[in-house]
Amino acid sequence: MDGRGGSGFRGIATRPVRSLLYFAVILGIFLFSCTQASAFPAFARKYGLPCSSCHEGWPKLSPFGQQFKDNGYQLGNDRDAPIFQQAAYWPVAFRTTPNWHLETANHVPLDNGTVADVKTSGFDYTGLDILTGGTLAKNFSFLFVPSSDELGAFHIESANVRFSNILNSTWFNLKVGKFELDNLLSEKRILTLSGNGGFYQNYHFQPMYQPGVPETYVFGIGDNQLGVEWMGHSKDDRTRLSVSVLQPTDGNPDFVTGAGAGGVTGPGGAAGRTYDVFAAGSHAFEVKGLGLQRVGAFAYFGHAPTFSRFTSGGVDIPGSGIGNEPYYRVGLIGMWYLKKFDFTTMYFYGHDSAFLASSTRSDSPTGLPTGARAPTWNGGLIETHYTYSPQLIFVNRYELIRMSQQAFVGDPLTDQAANPSNAGNIDALTFGIRYYPFINTRAGFAFHNEYSIVWQRNSQISPVTGGTIGLTSSSLLFGFDFAF
Amino acid sequence: MRKINITKIALNLLLIAALPTLAMAQQMESHIGNVTGHSEPGKALYYRYCWGCHGARGDGNGENAPYLNILPRNFVAGTFKCRSTPTGMLPLDQDLYNSLERGFNFTNMPSWIALTVEERANLVAFIKTFSPRWKAEKPGDPIQIPAEPALTVASIQHGKELFQKLECWKCHGNEGRGDGPSASTLTDSNDQPIRPYNFTSDNRSKCGHTNQDLYKIFMTGLDGTPMPSFADVIKPEDAWDLVHFLRTLQYNNKSPELTLWLGTKEGAAIVNAQKVANTNTGSGVNP
Repeated sequence: MDGRGGSGFRGIATRPVRSLLYFAVILGIFLFSCTQASAFPAFARKYGLPCSSCHEGWPKLSPFGQQFKDNGYQLGNDRDAPIFQQAAYWPVAFRTTPNWHLETANHVPLDNGTVADVKTSGFDYTGLDILTGGTLAKNFSFLFVPSSDELGAFHIESANVRFSNILNSTWFNLKVGKFELDNLLSEKRILTLSGNGGFYQNYHFQPMYQPGVPETYVFGIGDNQLGVEWMGHSKDDRTRLSVSVLQPTDGNPDFVTGAGAGGVTGPGGAAGRTYDVFAAGSHAFEVKGLGLQRVGAFAYFGHAPTFSRFTSGGVDIPGSGIGNEPYYRVGLIGMWYLKKFDFTTMYFYGHDSAFLASSTRSDSPTGLPTGARAPTWNGGLIETHYTYSPQLIFVNRYELIRMSQQAFVGDPLTDQAANPSNAGNIDALTFGIRYYPFINTRAGFAFHNEYSIVWQRNSQISPVTGGTIGLTSSSLLFGFDFAF
Repeated sequence: MRKINITKIALNLLLIAALPTLAMAQQMESHIGNVTGHSEPGKALYYRYCWGCHGARGDGNGENAPYLNILPRNFVAGTFKCRSTPTGMLPLDQDLYNSLERGFNFTNMPSWIALTVEERANLVAFIKTFSPRWKAEKPGDPIQIPAEPALTVASIQHGKELFQKLECWKCHGNEGRGDGPSASTLTDSNDQPIRPYNFTSDNRSKCGHTNQDLYKIFMTGLDGTPMPSFADVIKPEDAWDLVHFLRTLQYNNKSPELTLWLGTKEGAAIVNAQKVANTNTGSGVNP
């Protein structure tokens, strides 16, 4: 109890609490009285369909929306080609999210040699996505997404063309360019937006070599990648298969990786002249009274160069990376519907080469550092949605990552201890509510509320004790997510 | 202290218990194979997917309707184009279900095959709640479709004669391009201009793409449009001949009828004369 007193304080607090309850009831009546619902508004405008047709709660796709996407942004009613649109139609949409957010992190190392818990809060906004996409002609479609951070620095998030229904078969579709991998659980369509909850931990996790010493190559299965994708699906989209052949640059252009590995200095390390492979497949089946259930699997087999064959002026020549070392990610996924409830469950397994983990050239005459070995880990995810109506969706997600084999088992010569067995382990919990006050065929708007907290164990060295410590960070976000 | 009236409480509880039953009386069902659709869950689906065009009241006046050049169906009128029942009758549940599954070509109505069978059945049940016709009338018996006779050149030639005799050309045009002399004057039951089907467009017709579907269209008509039923005018074997001839008009669509017709001097001359050299616009339509 603080110094403001006991029963007296309760008495004072009663009135605001009651007012808050009244407000909640009125808000509840307002929220639940709306009967109609509606993130690519350019598509909604083109076809005259409300957002709720393609999205269970935008940007999460419904089965109808997934089929539309898998069919090359076509409904298949022979009105898909641009020639059928008014000449003024322009397939462009914008998305951003003004917000207020609170970020906390503990054990933040300070310049004075101590650690502190840091809290920051205030008004902010996200970057900007400019979404352009649609058909160029029947069965020729495209997606081009310039995207900026909040300071206005642009990059190209997506740039691809797709040839759909080749030879009149839904099993033969090709996409070329930069695109999101065929992840059933799409990170680009994630329903949470905060600093801690706005991405899937499993999709970006890379083990540390030692606490505070990260791997230097960069890869995320959630990142858009460069390459070519074959995708096939049954007419009703119940069965979906895809295989992609990808540039090993984590989506970066000009044959450079996001960061170098080993002798490849990053950022801007040279990529090699090889290709990665991603494959995904899933099948959906109906359960009477419950809805459509889907199960699937995916695998990414990649490799990263550990040094560059050529340098000029001390800089790697792009595309000249060699000494490839492998890594892979595999997973199983299930999407389960129980009427208005749905659950997505995912199992994830990752493996990195010991050379990548320890940032060692594969041709190093001394071989791997003493104690280095290939790290492996298991991950899991359960994401729950309760879609009260197309206008209101509740989101909850729990992710965990558990190292099954640490990258460093100790070095008696230098008296370095092995990594703690749980070093780098992650638990992440996110809750969110998205309310869409209107649904129409022109624009999308969501009042977004979210809390997310992430615990990472023994991930850094304490400047105070010299021992390993973890990191806990959280985000609270209230925002207005809109697309037009 | 007030005396508790047990009888009154019991009656109230009985009434409350009966409410769902009374409400159910207003509900509709659909029967698709062994799946029974219910209107209540269908309502939620309707207000997710359909209301934008068909309107909250099912009258075809959704907020999107003014921007569509083929108006959405008015479910309140209870008039449906694609049926397997005689003209003027309500369609079968299966007919509505098939329309949902197929979608309507050249309109904004897509195929809803991505929905589950149960969801589509529920939508059919809910659509039936809009029109009083479903409460007062029963769907007609489906028309019988006799087995398709063997395809012959004579059958195609007879179909060609029937095309002239029945004056199909007046609306659909001599070459089946939907440009007959009456085409520009046609309106549907909402007084909206309507264009006759262009057989040469190499696409699926609204009510299906099989020969059986074409046969059904002659015999049931497309209610709400100028396309009448010919059930009382032509014999089943004549209708099949007409089907065989109409397939030859679809010269971009390889079919046994077209292959056979192209094998004749007369057929090859007609089909080749119909072809128009053009630049591909990417629309998917090759006029």
